[in-house]
Amino acid sequence: MPVTDVRHDLDALTLTITADFAAPVERIWQVYADPRQMEKVWGPPTYPATVVEHDLRPGGRVTYFMTGPEGDKHAGYWLVTAVEAPSSLSFDDGFADLDFTPNPDLPVTKNVYTFTAHDGGTRATYVSSFDSAEQLQQLLDMGVVEGATGAISQIDDLVAS
Amino acid sequence: MTEQREDQADAFFHALADRTRRDIMRRVLAGEHSVSALAAKYDMSFAAVQKHVAVLERAGLLTKRRSGREQLVSGDVEAVRSVASMLTELEQIWRGRIARIDELIAADLNLEEPCPSPTSGTTSTP
Repeated sequence: MPVTDVRHDLDALTLTITADFAAPVERIWQVYADPRQMEKVWGPPTYPATVVEHDLRPGGRVTYFMTGPEGDKHAGYWLVTAVEAPSSLSFDDGFADLDFTPNPDLPVTKNVYTFTAHDGGTRATYVSSFDSAEQLQQLLDMGVVEGATGAISQIDDLVAS
Repeated sequence: MTEQREDQADAFFHALADRTRRDIMRRVLAGEHSVSALAAKYDMSFAAVQKHVAVLERAGLLTKRRSGREQLVSGDVEAVRSVASMLTELEQIWRGRIARIDELIAADLNLEEPCPSPTSGTTSTP
């Protein structure tokens, strides 16, 4: 696994994941710069993503939807806040209606991706920040819709019952 | 700190990776049960059920208290839905994405040919 470090900051409500990839920074950047590659990595196999708009400039938007096993579609958007190709990308990630109108009732996650050359490959740092524990929980309820699998997802059922 | 979180995540996933233990959690989140009442629900020995309860307890998902000869068990909803567990759940989404990036770049190497323009959007949607 390329993941080398995971930090949960419970006070700042941030999740920081560091991964080392065996490819140059430019190659990792392409994964995000090319919508066809981005959609291959964004959604899990059970909820593949389709990227519709793709404008990686400050103020630009990336819109996508994910298609579930029943043909159900879940749309989301990125609002790009800062870009420095090929080394960093900041954006707000939110949920949207199927026409990509942002849904203001659902949580928005702030993300900062950083890519630096490291040991002949790339060290990628992904930081996601959440506004509140309530938003985090709401996000997870949606995340389950997105097909986040794993035993912990089943807790939703436990708590709901 | 990170290691501690990792250990916590390991304990959490391990505890919930078993169907019987998830079923036990469902019951004890709904209300307090004695270990013997739980044991009566399953086609396994009291000792086996007690072992499952111990795994869940170590993961911090339930608490035990003694009442006479009975051990009473209740689920800790807060632990289940703590910020830590929520971040752990999101972490799994991220790990999935990172594994897929790794697969994608590994596929480049397998092609073993110069790839003139992988940035163009000419590849078809999978």
